[in-house]
Amino acid sequence: MTDTWVDGNDLAGTLGEIFTMDVTMAQGACVSCGTVAMLGEARVYNRAPGLVARCLNCEDVVLRVVRGPGRAWLDLTGLRYLQLPMPD
Amino acid sequence: MGVISRGFTGRGRRDVQLPPGQYLTEDFPVLSAGPTPRVDLDQWEFVITTETGQRRRWNWSELRALPAETVTVDIHCVTKWSKFGTTWEGVSLDTLLADVDTAADFALAQSYGGYTTNLPLEDLIDGRSWVAYRYDGDELEPEHGGPARLLVPHLYFWKSAKWVRGIQLRLDDQMGFWESLGYHNYGDPWREQRYWGD
Amino acid sequence: MARAAVLGRLTWRVATVADASRESPTARSLRLDVPDWPGHRAGQHVDVRLTAPDGYSTQRSYSIASAPANGRLELTVQRVDDGEVSPYLVDVAESGDQCELRGPVGGYFTWDPTDREPVLLAAGGSGIVPLMSMVRARAAAGSRAPFRLIYSTRTPETLIYGDELRQRHRDDHGLDVTVAYTRERPPESPRPPGRLDAALLAESGWPVEFGPTCYVCGPTAFVETVANHLVDAGHAPERIKTERFGPTGG
Repeated sequence: MTDTWVDGNDLAGTLGEIFTMDVTMAQGACVSCGTVAMLGEARVYNRAPGLVARCLNCEDVVLRVVRGPGRAWLDLTGLRYLQLPMPD
Repeated sequence: MGVISRGFTGRGRRDVQLPPGQYLTEDFPVLSAGPTPRVDLDQWEFVITTETGQRRRWNWSELRALPAETVTVDIHCVTKWSKFGTTWEGVSLDTLLADVDTAADFALAQSYGGYTTNLPLEDLIDGRSWVAYRYDGDELEPEHGGPARLLVPHLYFWKSAKWVRGIQLRLDDQMGFWESLGYHNYGDPWREQRYWGD
Repeated sequence: MARAAVLGRLTWRVATVADASRESPTARSLRLDVPDWPGHRAGQHVDVRLTAPDGYSTQRSYSIASAPANGRLELTVQRVDDGEVSPYLVDVAESGDQCELRGPVGGYFTWDPTDREPVLLAAGGSGIVPLMSMVRARAAAGSRAPFRLIYSTRTPETLIYGDELRQRHRDDHGLDVTVAYTRERPPESPRPPGRLDAALLAESGWPVEFGPTCYVCGPTAFVETVANHLVDAGHAPERIKTERFGPTGG
């Protein structure tokens, strides 16, 4: 039975409403195991009341986002940091 | 409201007596915040922990030996689908809590895989919840929460924790996985309590 | 190499169907007009939202099939059994109908004509769509970046873009197209039906020493299998970009 996750690419639409740059290209460090990877490489569970991105190495949650009417909630506590590509 | 697409009606009936904002579905969507836990029945246990740290524990055979009920209920997911007439078999929380001494008002359900959800203790008792291990005449499938899940049909279905492994009885309320990120702390579908502040 | 572009936050925009053409019995391409469409990079996708008269709405993601251009984009949609959005887009929507679009999204799985290295494109089923955008972008830009496309599909009926791929294989300099049928092949196909395997990747793909960038797109199982073959063959994992369409590949 395949677990139904998709690429971090799936975060791009919802996070694109929040961030002004492409967050799938941002690098993040997992708070649990330290693995550094692009958000686009995370495993995203999107058949849920929100988007849950999990570390490609240890599967702990790195990021969560809920989109409600007129608001969104963003949880980044699963990341030690996010390195965002910015123009010079 | 978004731009209407001519000729689009979507799946699911919206004309029957449903909680506000819901549509009726005939299938049973599988939602999950993470990988399906694979739990060995030899290792499986369900633990009720009280606010004083006392534990009552059942292994799989012990759970299956308890008096069980078969119930048919309607379920409502916060993602807007509702399913009528779902049949489950399991042990009532009244049975599991029968010998448990507690002054707690709150409960936090915990699952294999790390998922949590919170609700008032009074919403677990008096015939309002079960630890269910059979659905629609068969053993509960892992993708739907098997070996056993919590079933609390009067609240939005995210409260019916899949792969349940225990309940912590608490003097203070602790928000679970979705409650801590915008979802309503109580979650009554008939009052459309989906998000904080609803 | 990450291109840092300040995109501005995404919002839902109204898209109007300009026209549509059938690609196969179950797939259709829709050309959409979107005022103020900022353009896109080859490989990106959009989220499409449909709303019913009573306010019920649902959304799905679809890859952009066209080469980058302003104002208009093309999506190719494969009808999914028991789907909710794809049957509408494939069978119901016609010129003048509207939906909402959010995007373009996805910077990870993109190709830009300024990239000169060899490229391997491996498509499983509807995974051909974003890769077709790359093939079309390459032609539109006059790029000579060496491209090899391997497209795995079940039967001649499930094949999309057939005529265009034949024409491009013939006319686009530096592009090679291989179609691998997995269940049933047309009489003129040189190889018996079979899954895209390590041997075919070696024969129709790029040698490891060429250091190609590999784009693999399709159902999850296809992507995992092909990506593993590429890694086993010695391709560096960081040169392999994947886009999984989920278990059904829809």
